[in-house]
Amino acid sequence: MELWYSILSVLPFDWAQPGQMYFMKHALLAVLVISPLFGLLSTMVVHSRMSFFSDALGHSAFTGMAIGAICGLNQPTWAAVLFAVVFALLFNLVRRRSALASDTVIGVFSSTAVALGIFLSTLNGRSFTRFNSLLIGDVLSVEPAMIGVLALILLAVVILWAVSFNQLMLASVHPALADSRGVKVFWQETVFSVAIAVVVTLSMTWVGLLVINSLLVLPGAAARNVARNMAQYHLFALLGSVVAGVAGLMISYYLSPSAGASITLCLAVWFVATFLIRRKG
Amino acid sequence: MRKIKHGKLSSGCADACCLKLEGLSVRFQGEQVLEDVSFHLHCGEIVALIGPNGAGKSTLFRSILGQAPYRGDITFSPAGGPAIRLADGSVTGGTRPLVGYVPQSPSFDRGDPVSVLDFFTAATARWPVWLPIPQKYRERARASLARVHGEDLLDRPMGALSGGELQRVLLALALEPVPHILILDEPLSGVDIEGEHQLLEMLDELRTQYDLSIFLSTHDFATLGQFADKVVLLNRRVLKVGAPGEVLSSPEFYETFHLRVGRGGEA
Repeated sequence: MELWYSILSVLPFDWAQPGQMYFMKHALLAVLVISPLFGLLSTMVVHSRMSFFSDALGHSAFTGMAIGAICGLNQPTWAAVLFAVVFALLFNLVRRRSALASDTVIGVFSSTAVALGIFLSTLNGRSFTRFNSLLIGDVLSVEPAMIGVLALILLAVVILWAVSFNQLMLASVHPALADSRGVKVFWQETVFSVAIAVVVTLSMTWVGLLVINSLLVLPGAAARNVARNMAQYHLFALLGSVVAGVAGLMISYYLSPSAGASITLCLAVWFVATFLIRRKG
Repeated sequence: MRKIKHGKLSSGCADACCLKLEGLSVRFQGEQVLEDVSFHLHCGEIVALIGPNGAGKSTLFRSILGQAPYRGDITFSPAGGPAIRLADGSVTGGTRPLVGYVPQSPSFDRGDPVSVLDFFTAATARWPVWLPIPQKYRERARASLARVHGEDLLDRPMGALSGGELQRVLLALALEPVPHILILDEPLSGVDIEGEHQLLEMLDELRTQYDLSIFLSTHDFATLGQFADKVVLLNRRVLKVGAPGEVLSSPEFYETFHLRVGRGGEA
């Protein structure tokens, strides 16, 4: 972290000066890790029409938190990760086994998970308000150890992308064609949805449940407006995600709104900009 | 491997390369989709599969591709070699034959940021296509597309291709590597007359060049006689197998498609 502090000290911002405002320095580093993570995942979330799924995952993550809290865990986050992974696995299994459309299955899972979460967290007349912080999120409370965990996950997703992006893309385009070329479609989809589950749950505390899905949709959606191939698509998604992440954090520092919301609004501006200059036809 | 050509051979394929389906039955969710389907598919032959919607055509393809569990036998004998059994994706006694598959046009959105090169590289190489694609893979894709006269499609987005162009790209992909059996699911639907003509000409070229078996489903009965060596009429079971003229004038054909008997030739 010392290295990071000294790198920042060359910046002309008051919070970047040595010996103070550590929470802001941590938050900036966290944003620099989280935003490319979401940028990368968003390309595939948008491409394979999984945005409703990732939204549902956010909701289920909250239920996992509630379960973790009931079990008396100090760190309910890991219980939430576990719950979200189980949610993703079950969803994939049910989707494969049933004849229902994907969004219907998601609707079933999502509403069940949310209801379970509210049921558990308000059991015995307890107040729901202690979960309010999860809805909004607070990136300024992030600790260096957690940034380390997020960095490891970023590394894991980059490796996943390097190894199996091709197969994932093929599976999303045409499952039978992918299968005929040796792609294990079910496993690819499962690994991808588990990756989303882990990322969404771990970042929820900082980004906020209500806006987390926008981070998984907007970078990819904006990039689609202007990209003509996969390399451009990833470039624009990553660029948009990181720039909006940093800009959103700065806005949050100087004007004090929630960082998650400011980042999302910056992404929305990025989307409008790309929409206006999109390639016609 | 594939030395013996016997495209027009009608029976007795002891030593020639041949895909044999024997007593193939498929049940799906309690319903009998295919029942006791048997016929042979020889190398160098173009065989057309016809039948009404829901006749089990796609299921039959999926069985050959190893994507649907079935009862019965599918075996493949390379020219002069021992028969290979394809049971539920497993193979005993030899190497599984390569099956190229051209699916019914997958739907790409117009805005999909997938170029033909991306699509091709994703399907044939390990290089992750979200990184800029090296020249080596570009040249390889260009060479494959050249087989179907589609070199200039390389940088076009998949979503912007016409029906005929998309079919050509999918065909080029199915030929990479050159398969023993090429399956095309309704390749003529959504393709205009010129595209259809081009595609059929290309298939004819391919079967003589590579001596592969081509198996395709179609609803376009009018052109059957121009390209198909053999027609299989399927409606859950095989109702008729034979030369196009023979099948198209059969009572089974008229009955299946609810046409009036006695007005032969107008299909």
